[in-house]
Amino acid sequence: MHDIAAALGAALRMIGGLDACLLGIVALSIKVSLAAVAIATLLGLPLGAAVALSRFPGRRGVIVALNALMGLPPVVVGLFVYLMLSRAGPLGPLGLLFTPGAMIIAQAILITPIVAALARQVVEDAWVEYQEQLRSLGAPPRRALWTLLWDTRFSLVTVVLAGFGRAAAEVGAVIMVGGNIDGVTRVMTTAIALETSKGDLPLALGLGLILLILVLAANAAAYAIKEAAQRRFG
Amino acid sequence: MHAGISLLPLVLDRVSYTINGTALIDELSVTLSSGSRTLILGPNGAGKSLTLRLCHGLIRPSSGSVRWTGPFAGDPMCRQAMVFQRPVMLRRSALANVAYGLKLAGMARAERTERARQMLDRVGLLALADRPARSMSGGEQQRVALARAWALQPEVLFLDEPTASLDPAASRAVEAIIRAIHEAGTKIVMTTHNLAQARRLADEILLLDRGRLVERSPAQHFFRAPATPEATAFLREESL
Amino acid sequence: MKLTRRALLAVTLAAAFALPASAQDRFIVVSSTTSTQDSGLFGHILPIFRNKTGIEVRVVAQGTGQALDTGRRGDADVVFVHDKAAEEKFVADGFSTERREVMYNDFVLIGPKSDPAKIAGSRDISGSLKKIAEAKTPFASRGDKSGTHAAELRLWRAAGVDVEKDRGSWYRELGQGMGPTLNTAAAMNAYVLTDRGTWLNFKNRADLTIVVEGDQRLFNQYGIMLVNPARHAHVKKDMGQAFIDWVTSLEGQKAIADYKIGGESLFFPNFRKTGT
Repeated sequence: MHDIAAALGAALRMIGGLDACLLGIVALSIKVSLAAVAIATLLGLPLGAAVALSRFPGRRGVIVALNALMGLPPVVVGLFVYLMLSRAGPLGPLGLLFTPGAMIIAQAILITPIVAALARQVVEDAWVEYQEQLRSLGAPPRRALWTLLWDTRFSLVTVVLAGFGRAAAEVGAVIMVGGNIDGVTRVMTTAIALETSKGDLPLALGLGLILLILVLAANAAAYAIKEAAQRRFG
Repeated sequence: MHAGISLLPLVLDRVSYTINGTALIDELSVTLSSGSRTLILGPNGAGKSLTLRLCHGLIRPSSGSVRWTGPFAGDPMCRQAMVFQRPVMLRRSALANVAYGLKLAGMARAERTERARQMLDRVGLLALADRPARSMSGGEQQRVALARAWALQPEVLFLDEPTASLDPAASRAVEAIIRAIHEAGTKIVMTTHNLAQARRLADEILLLDRGRLVERSPAQHFFRAPATPEATAFLREESL
Repeated sequence: MKLTRRALLAVTLAAAFALPASAQDRFIVVSSTTSTQDSGLFGHILPIFRNKTGIEVRVVAQGTGQALDTGRRGDADVVFVHDKAAEEKFVADGFSTERREVMYNDFVLIGPKSDPAKIAGSRDISGSLKKIAEAKTPFASRGDKSGTHAAELRLWRAAGVDVEKDRGSWYRELGQGMGPTLNTAAAMNAYVLTDRGTWLNFKNRADLTIVVEGDQRLFNQYGIMLVNPARHAHVKKDMGQAFIDWVTSLEGQKAIADYKIGGESLFFPNFRKTGT
């Protein structure tokens, strides 16, 4: 209980003091997770929709695989990306290891399946309702895909938020490919891990509270935008 | 009137549609020609909706053939339209819904906005053009669906029980639009459960029962003096 | 409309990637250990080096084994760890051409204030470890193949105790870094071997305190090596060498000695120019 009270105190002091170091860490966390979500959305939404609309042998296997990949352990993804980006690995010459770029890549790999699998479900449910009418109007499959993605946009906002939440919360991948370098690749989650390992638990918990507030704020903002858009455009 | 190359007549030649060994449509042969308003009647499970979808090309027959035998050589789908019992509205304005079909047909933006507004006006919904279609009443949505179909200037319009979910006032509005579309030169092929509606709208009746075509006659003959016992039984049942 | 949306996203991504790249090209990557980072030493000496040379030193802190592996793979320019045997092998295998001794710190044996093994105040680490084994009091080990772990195992062997057979009972291998191991030891009220730096910075002490210190055998030597550019052509050898030269220069060694916690020095510089 004492630790939690100390944590609240630490958190408030940090927020109130607008500690420059903390701001840098927060900014980097947001930048990395947002970039990863953007990539995952660009790749995952059309992919999920395509699987929803198409029929091919092995389709059920693909769906099961996509769903299973939602549970990819971050530390495994981190290890894989580490080996890929290491100088001793195939993509070494890119020099991306221990940079924010590597963290973005790892997180994008982690959350693209989430976005794709959930989008597939959303679009497939909508397809059941829309299919006959869209075909009757003469929409070719590619066209139908984008129409459905746009029409299910409010549900897809929730899908993207799920991806963002997962990215913002994970530590296993980014700590491995980023190296938790002070001022370069230290984000909220890796900073929490560091302070915990140094035994400064109230500080770690305080950082955790700040992270929670951030994610809450992001979700609240997205919800408000969604509500407003729904009212305007139905 | 479509001064244009025609799709019709549509010929169904011994069409069957089988699911899990059961023939839901059984050796159906019929030819649909231009001009008349054709209403398809029948008890539940007769296969009315399936027949419409087979004609429109949404499903393919298990055996037999569905052929457009008119001179038109392109994709038959682009000269037909269909309106369903529950209207499927995209999550956008009524105007955008009507324009969507035109966009698919390759019309430029300014032109399709103008045409969409015209069609909404013809169905009496111009004032609601910018309203989100999904927030409209069932009757209004069905009129938007009709406007959307009409905008494509189809040669054939299929309607699957278009007023089954609507109240009488909305139904009447929809019927008026159907008549207008027909008068503008579109062939109407429609199913309904409502005998009074069939009496009002039909030029000819196709009676289906258990996947088979039982009787086909001009409307007055069908209602006054049905030729088959099935038709007689049907009319008696339905008017109870 | 779709195209402009996608273009916008692409631009955002490009910006996200571009920003880190446009930052400093004058930096080196040094792989070191978590215990060194946790001690706070780098926070003290690296700004001095940067002010002098403009070179940013990016420290990736891992376990000793992983730090050496990072050097082997060429993912770091300089390796700075504290496991002499492993470092000498690193040089022998050709991954570096020179090892320089930089500084040493010492290990301390931490234990509960109640001291069930009755060893508090001793300066004899061997004897103390023997007493712990005999009393079978809980002992928390890092168990993660780190430099600290290697040193701990050497001390047990020197004390004539075979901890393999007692693994799982009073001897608990945790497979974790120094901080988490201390956390667990605090929770278990166990004895634990740690470097002084991590202990001085450690805040979650619960009922633990230093019980044994000062034995020569507890001293922990640090070495620094430039990753061999012949093995990895991309290694920033000039800047890396500049860092090594500075750390072993009078100025760098003084900076190390000046780093204190609560008035106490943690690290004792001991670079000697003649030989290693």
